[in-house]
Amino acid sequence: MKVLVIGLNHKTANVDIREKLAFNGPRLEEGVFGLRKIPDVREVAVLSTCNRVEIFSCVNNTVAAADSIKNFLAAFHSITRTDFEKSLYVHRDEEAVRHIFRVSSSLDSMVIGEPQILGQIKDAFDFALSKKTTGVLLNKLMKKAISTAKRVRTETRIAENAVSISFAAVELAKKIFTNLSGRSFMLLGAGEMAELAARHLVNNGVQDVMVVNRTYERGCELASEFNGKPIRWEDFLHELVHADIIICSTGAPTYVLLKEQMLKVMKERKQRPVFIIDISVPRNIDPEINKIDNVYLYSVDDLQEVVDTNIHGRKVEAGKAEDIINQEVEKFLRWMSSLESVPTIVALRQKAEEIKREELEKFRGRFPDLDAEKVKAVEYLATAISNKLIHSPTVALKEDSEDRDELIAMIKKLYGINEDEE
Amino acid sequence: MEIILFEIALTFYFAAAIVSILELFKSTKTSSYIMLGLVVAGFALHTANIVARYVISGHIPIANMHEASSFFSWCIVMFFLFLEYRYKLGLLGSFIMPVVFVFMVSSSMLPRKMEPLSPVLQSYWLGIHTVLAFIGDAAFAMAFGIGIMYLVQEHFVKSKHLGGLFQRLPSLQILDEINYRLITIGFPFLTLAIITGSLWAESAWGKFWRWDPKEVWSLITWFIYALVLHVRLIAGWRGKRAAVLSILGFCAVLFTFFGVNFILKSMHTF
Repeated sequence: MKVLVIGLNHKTANVDIREKLAFNGPRLEEGVFGLRKIPDVREVAVLSTCNRVEIFSCVNNTVAAADSIKNFLAAFHSITRTDFEKSLYVHRDEEAVRHIFRVSSSLDSMVIGEPQILGQIKDAFDFALSKKTTGVLLNKLMKKAISTAKRVRTETRIAENAVSISFAAVELAKKIFTNLSGRSFMLLGAGEMAELAARHLVNNGVQDVMVVNRTYERGCELASEFNGKPIRWEDFLHELVHADIIICSTGAPTYVLLKEQMLKVMKERKQRPVFIIDISVPRNIDPEINKIDNVYLYSVDDLQEVVDTNIHGRKVEAGKAEDIINQEVEKFLRWMSSLESVPTIVALRQKAEEIKREELEKFRGRFPDLDAEKVKAVEYLATAISNKLIHSPTVALKEDSEDRDELIAMIKKLYGINEDEE
Repeated sequence: MEIILFEIALTFYFAAAIVSILELFKSTKTSSYIMLGLVVAGFALHTANIVARYVISGHIPIANMHEASSFFSWCIVMFFLFLEYRYKLGLLGSFIMPVVFVFMVSSSMLPRKMEPLSPVLQSYWLGIHTVLAFIGDAAFAMAFGIGIMYLVQEHFVKSKHLGGLFQRLPSLQILDEINYRLITIGFPFLTLAIITGSLWAESAWGKFWRWDPKEVWSLITWFIYALVLHVRLIAGWRGKRAAVLSILGFCAVLFTFFGVNFILKSMHTF
C-alpha cells in the first residue's frame, strides 16, 4: 500500500477554486464515503479548511488512484477537471508523508506556526475515524502527524511571538497591563487597521470603549459596533484621563496630542501607565511623548518592526522544524516498510527455523547415543512440521487482500515477532 | 554537623544562582524546575542548620554577623519561595538567587564560633527585635530584585527591543504591584524593629535613642521607604520611579547592615 496526497492550498489555488473544491458540512461525509468507494483507495481522510483542501489516502496504485480521485473531485463538485487540475499537487510515498507532517506542524501555513491547523487536522482525522474510512496505515500516519506537530511546537519556537500588527499590539499591552480585562480603551479616529486592533483588544477583555471621531455620527456608529461610548472631538483631551490604551488613527496633518498635554493627563491619572498606538500616517502623536514616564508610545512602524523580527525568527525556527520532520518521516517509513509482507514472511521463517534448531539441539542432548540415521529422520520430521505450520500464514501474507496490514500486525503479535520501530 | 548543613545549603544556593543566571540566556520548563528544586533543597538544609544552632546554643541563632547574614538569606529565600508559589513570575530567581548567594558567601566568610551571649544580648528582645528586622529587610531585598526586573523590562518596552528576555520577563504592572506590596509588608516590620530596638536599648543601656550609627542609618532607611509609600499615594509615583526608590532603599538597608559595622563604629554588634 502507498500513501497518496492530493490537494491544493493558498499557494497553488486562488480562493475561487478553493471554495469550489471545499467539502463543507454534510458534503464532507458524502465526500469521504465517495472517495472510499473508489476501488484503488483503501483508506481516506479529507482535510478541508479555508486555506486548503487535502485528500490523504492509502492506495494500491498511486497513478491510477490519483486519476480516479481527480475524476471524483470533478464529478463531486461539478466542475471540469481542467479548471482545477493545474492547482493541484500530488505527493506520493515519502513526499506525501513529509507533506502531511509539514502541514500539521504549520510549516505549510500562510502564517508559519499558526496553531489552528493542528486542530483542523485532528478534526479531519477524528471524522474519518468515526466514519471508519481509515485503517492501520492512515491511523498511524495521522497520529504521527499530530505528535510530530507537538514535537515541533515544544522543541522549536515556531509559534512564539506575534506576527500581525494587531496581535503584536495585544501582546505588548499584556506586557504592560498583565491582563486586559477591566482596562479602558479609546479609539481616536477610524480606519481598517485601527478597527482591527480595537476588535482584538475587545476580544481580549478590554472594557469601557470610548470612540472619538471628528464627525460625531460616524463616532456613534463605530461606538455601537464596539459596545462603547461615543465622545465628541472637542472633549477627547478631557476624556483621555480615563483611557489606559489609546489607538490613534485620525488622518490629521499635524499632531493632535502634544507632550505638554500628555504630561497634564498623566498627572491627573496619578501616573497610571498608558499604552498608545499611533497608526496614523503622518503621525498624529508627538513622538516625544514616549519619553514621559509610564507612557509607552508605539507607531505603526515600531509595531511593523516587531512583527518583522518575529516573522524572521519563525523562519529560522522553521529550519529546525524541517530537521525534526525529516527524522519523523524516516521513522515512519521504517515502520511502513516493516508492514510489507516480505520482511514478515522472512521473520516468520527465521522464527520457525530457530525453534526447530533449538528443539533439535535439546533432543540430541537428551539422547546422545542415538545413531545418525535416526537423528536424520527426526530432523526431517521437525522440518516437515515447522514448514506445514508456517505454510498457511505465509500464503495468507502473500495474498493481496484488503486487510493485509492488519493481518501482518496480527501475525507479528501471534508469533512474537518484534517490530524494530523506535 | 551544623557546619556541614550550612556548607551544603551554600552549595545548593550557589548551584541555583548559576542556573538562574543561565536562565537569563535560555530558559525551559526543566531549567526552572531544576532551579526551584535546588533552592528548596538548600532552604531545607539551611533551616536544619538554623534549628541545629538554636538547639546547640540555646538561644536564637542571630547573635553574630555570621548568623545574622545567614538568617537574612533564609528570610529572603522564604519570601522568594512564597512569591514563586503565589505568582510564578518568570525569571524572578535570576534576580534574587544571586543576592541570596552573596549574603550566604559573606556569612560563610565571617567567624562562625558560637560564643556565650554577652549580658546585653541576654534578653527576650534579641529574638523579637532581630526577627522583625530581618523579615522587613528580606521584604526590601525582594522589592530590590523586583525593582531591577522592572527597570530591565521597562527599558525593553520603552526602547522597543522586544527580544527573548522581554518575552520571558513578567508584565510591568505585576512587577510594580508586587514591588509596592513588598514595601508595604517590609515597612511595618522595619517600624516595629526600630521601636522594639529602642525599647531594648532603654532596658539595656537606659536610653531609648543614642544616635548610634546603626540607629541613625535605620532611621534613614525608614525615611526612604516612608517616602516611597508617601509619594506613591500622594503623587502617584509608580513604575520606574518607585523601582528606583526601592533600589535606593535597599542600598540603605545594606549600608545599615554591613557598612555601619565595617566602616563606622557601632554599639550594635551586627
